[in-house]
This record gives sequence, structure tokens and C-alpha cells, in this order.
Amino acid sequence: MIPVSVTRDDVAHVARLARLAMSEQELDQMHGYFEAILEHFAKLAAVDTEGVEPTSHPLARANVTREDCVTEPMDRTKLLANAPLADGECFLVPQIMEDE
Amino acid sequence: MTTQPLIGLEVHAQLLTASKMFCGCPTEFGAPPNTQVCPICTAQPGALPVPNQRAVEMTILTGLALHCDIAPRSVFARKNYFYPDLTKNYQISQYEQPLCENGYVLIDTESGPKRIRVRRVHLEEDTGKNIHGGAGAASRIDFNRCGLPLMEIVSEPDLTSADECRAYLQKLQLILRWIGVCNGNMEEGSMRCEPTVNVIEVGGSAKTALVEIKNLASFRAVHQAVDYEILRHTRALLAGESTTRETRRWLAEGRTETMRSKEEAHDYRYFPEPDLMPLEVDEAMVTRIGADMPEGPDEVRERLIEQYELSSYDATVMTQSREFAAFFEAAAGAAEDPKAVANWMQGDFARLLNETGTPLAESKVSPAGLADLVRLIADGAISGKMAKTVFERMFETGKAPALIVDEEGMSQISDTSALEPVIDKAIADNPEAVENYRSGKKKALGALVGQIMKETKGQANPALVNELLVQRLGE
Repeated sequence: MIPVSVTRDDVAHVARLARLAMSEQELDQMHGYFEAILEHFAKLAAVDTEGVEPTSHPLARANVTREDCVTEPMDRTKLLANAPLADGECFLVPQIMEDE
Repeated sequence: MTTQPLIGLEVHAQLLTASKMFCGCPTEFGAPPNTQVCPICTAQPGALPVPNQRAVEMTILTGLALHCDIAPRSVFARKNYFYPDLTKNYQISQYEQPLCENGYVLIDTESGPKRIRVRRVHLEEDTGKNIHGGAGAASRIDFNRCGLPLMEIVSEPDLTSADECRAYLQKLQLILRWIGVCNGNMEEGSMRCEPTVNVIEVGGSAKTALVEIKNLASFRAVHQAVDYEILRHTRALLAGESTTRETRRWLAEGRTETMRSKEEAHDYRYFPEPDLMPLEVDEAMVTRIGADMPEGPDEVRERLIEQYELSSYDATVMTQSREFAAFFEAAAGAAEDPKAVANWMQGDFARLLNETGTPLAESKVSPAGLADLVRLIADGAISGKMAKTVFERMFETGKAPALIVDEEGMSQISDTSALEPVIDKAIADNPEAVENYRSGKKKALGALVGQIMKETKGQANPALVNELLVQRLGE
């Protein structure tokens, strides 16, 4: 069984990767939630998985593919209609900085 | 301290499918922004991906061409990161179970052939394109490229110089084009390369931290950037300076700069993609796909040397593409003089294709036409010099060489009785040259030959003229 534990720093790291700004108070709260969730999942460790192959999908199917055929693309006006900001051709986002 | 650079190359190759990796959007390059998109590749809520069967087959074909093991079971994974060019906030890729593993590419080096191991070939989707530097403080995003099928081909760090990196890339490009899975165009970004470089102490434990280089859009840039990093790492190692694991960007001014530290950026939290079923590839499927495999460039090259007695150099030039090799073989088979065919193909033919920007496939010259031309020269019907003019006409018009010779009255005069009066006249007109020749100055013959060629508008058979002249003057 893999010991499950999460530190407050782990939570801060995951928040950063997910681009979520969190206050100190929120981090403490999230840390509690994380621990509770992981504790809950730790119960799965009680299941005997000896000799069971790791699964990547719950359905026992494989090779669900499509033929290489072109379909009609989406209308650009419709696509951009839902964007918070667009210039008729492209989506607009705040200027991207290469360094985070 | 003796040092040794170690370089691995990560190559992304866009597959030549008609539609994208997980949806039916078209894949043409250069379409107006956001006109080749749909709910799937722009990640609208509820849209689900379905893999392109042809992309899977092309990746397996590539794996076979690179001598890889094809995985009987392979899964897609989510690579999680946040960036505006990614619609889903994750990229569908492969992680623990790629389609192909443990292959190699054979490259030519100064010390002979070298095997560069290929760690893995996996299938993934491309990201969108950010267009920076627009008006105001905004970046513009075009998702046409988002979801295009990409193969990622990862080598082991078996490369030890910038020259080897170039040789590896050129070979990989040749193979991918040869089997028809990628157009290999680095400028359009359909083949992209990211080298990973560090330098180690030979026989010791000192080494620099791995650095990945981005922003390389040509073979030349790869060569320069790798050279630059080898020097930077070697200096740091010799000076005992510490280095950091990072991603660096190549700049047009000829140096690299830090882009981001590696540990942070590479925390991708991969997990199996729940929207996609695994791929199971049985032997029957591998056999069926392998049946489409053409004879590879290395094999064809060896065969040309063997079968047509070409030099190693000529054989390499003739196998620069599958089309070129096929053209050569078709012409050489009909011409009885393969070496002459090879000379034409890398000489005047290559020059004209290049000058006019014509792809071989669109050239008006047929293999049979080139074979006919080579035969006309061998038979003495036209001189080598006339043949050059004939070939240019063939290239312009696509007409058969014999027809061009007829139409333009270019046939060579190889008839002794027709040449004799001209030779007599030349001798009569140039007593001085005749005198000089007879007194031992053999070069004086040139003046006589020159006049005869002029009189016959270059159509006299030069070998015959020489022979007749020497005979006449010796009398």
C-alpha cells in the first residue's frame, strides 16, 4: 500500500500549476479537504489487487477509431461569439508572458 | 579533463492525414485563422475525441521504418498544463505506453555508419498558435493547428556533435518523406526539433545539467544552437561552474537564453485519458501495415551500388528522395549506361529543377526521354555539348530528344565524306597552323578543329574530326 499524505506545500504547488491564487486561509482549508479526500480514497487500498492488471479504462473495449475523413468545420463567427474577447479572426487573451 | 557532449533529439513530425487527430477538421497549412476548427478541437463542453485510424497506422509504419518494437497495447494520456494555445488545458499524448519503442536510425559519420537509438515514437495532438505582438496588450490565438496529428520521435543521447545532429535530422526527414507520413518541412513547422544537451567528463563523474533548446526552425539553426550549447557547457564544466536544468530559447542573433526552469514546467501530472479506449495492435495489423512499407533509402542505396555499379556518393545523391531513386532506376534500366544517367540527374537535370523550382514529379522530362538522350550520345548521333542544348529543350517542352535533334537540325556529322571537304578547306586556310603542327607543336591542331566546328555549326563529330585531321596531316 502506498502511504497517502499531502503537505500544505503540495497544495500550494498544485494551486500554482492550476493558476489558482489562494490566500493563506484558503490553503489551510484546502489542505484539510485534500487530506479528507485522500483518506477516503485510501480505503481502496484494502482491496486485494494481487494479480490484477492496472486498468486505463473501465470499459473493456479497444481500437475505437474513425476513418481519416474531413468534415465541415465550425462557422468562425459562431465559434468566436462565446469568446470574452475576439477580433473577428482570433481569440484575444491578455498578452502571454513566456516566463510565468 | 577530457569532455564529451551528449545530445538527444526530440522531433515532432506532423502526419500527412486529411483530417485532424481526434476530429474531422481539415489539416491544410495556411488557412485563414480559426477556419479549420470544430467543437472537438476547441474543447466545447461535451465534445468527445475519436482517434484517426490513419494516424495510428502511419505511426506504426514509422515505428517499423525506424526498427522499433510495436506495442501490443498502447494508451493515450492527458498531459496537463495551462497555456492559451491549449483549448482543453491538457494535451492528449502518450506517456507510459507509447505505440513504438526501442528503434534506431543509421547515420553516416566521418568514421563510418553510426546507430542512433530511438527511445520511443508516440502519437499526440498539436497545440494552437499564439500570435504575439499584435495591437495593444493582447495576444491572438489561432486554433487551426490545434489537434493536428503529431508523432513525437525521441532519440537516446547518442549524438555527440552538431554535425551528427544534422545528419540524424536529415536522415529522419528522408525516411519520413520516403514512407509518405510527413512532408518534413521545417520552415512550415511540420517537422520540429528540440535538442537536449549536456556535457560530461570522460572517465569521471562531472557533468553539466541537461538543457532543452527551443525555437529552432531550420537544420542550420539546430546546428548553430547545438554548437553554441556544447561550447557553453564545456566551458562551465572545465571552469567547475554549476549549471541548472532548464529550457533555453535560441535567438536569431546567435545565442541562447533561459526560457524557464525545467522542474517547474515539467510537472504535467499525466494520467490515462478517460475519453479514449486503448489501442491494441496485433500481429496481423502490423503485418498489414508493414505490407505498405517501400524498400527503404539505405536498402535502395546499397542496391544501386551493387546493381548499377554506382559510387557510394552517386548512390547517396540518387536516393535523396523516393521519387528521385525511382526516376533513376527507370532511366538507368533503359539506358545501358547508369553512370551517365546519374551524371545527368545530379548535373543539368538537378540544376534546371532547382533553377525553375520544379518538383521532380512535375518535370516534363521522362525517364525514357533521359535514357534516349544518353543513348544518342553513346551512339555518336549528338555530341556531349549538343546534348546539353537538347536536354534544355526536353526540360522546356517534354519532347523526345530524337525529335528535338531532327527539328533543330542538330544531328552530329559523323559521315567522313561530308567532313572531308571542310577539313581540306581548314588545312588550306591555315598554312601556319599546319606548319606548326608538322614541326611538333601538337596544340596547333586546336585552331584547325576550331575552324571545322565553326564551319559545321558545332555539328561535326569532334572525335572523328580529330582522327581525320591527324591522319591527313601525317600523310
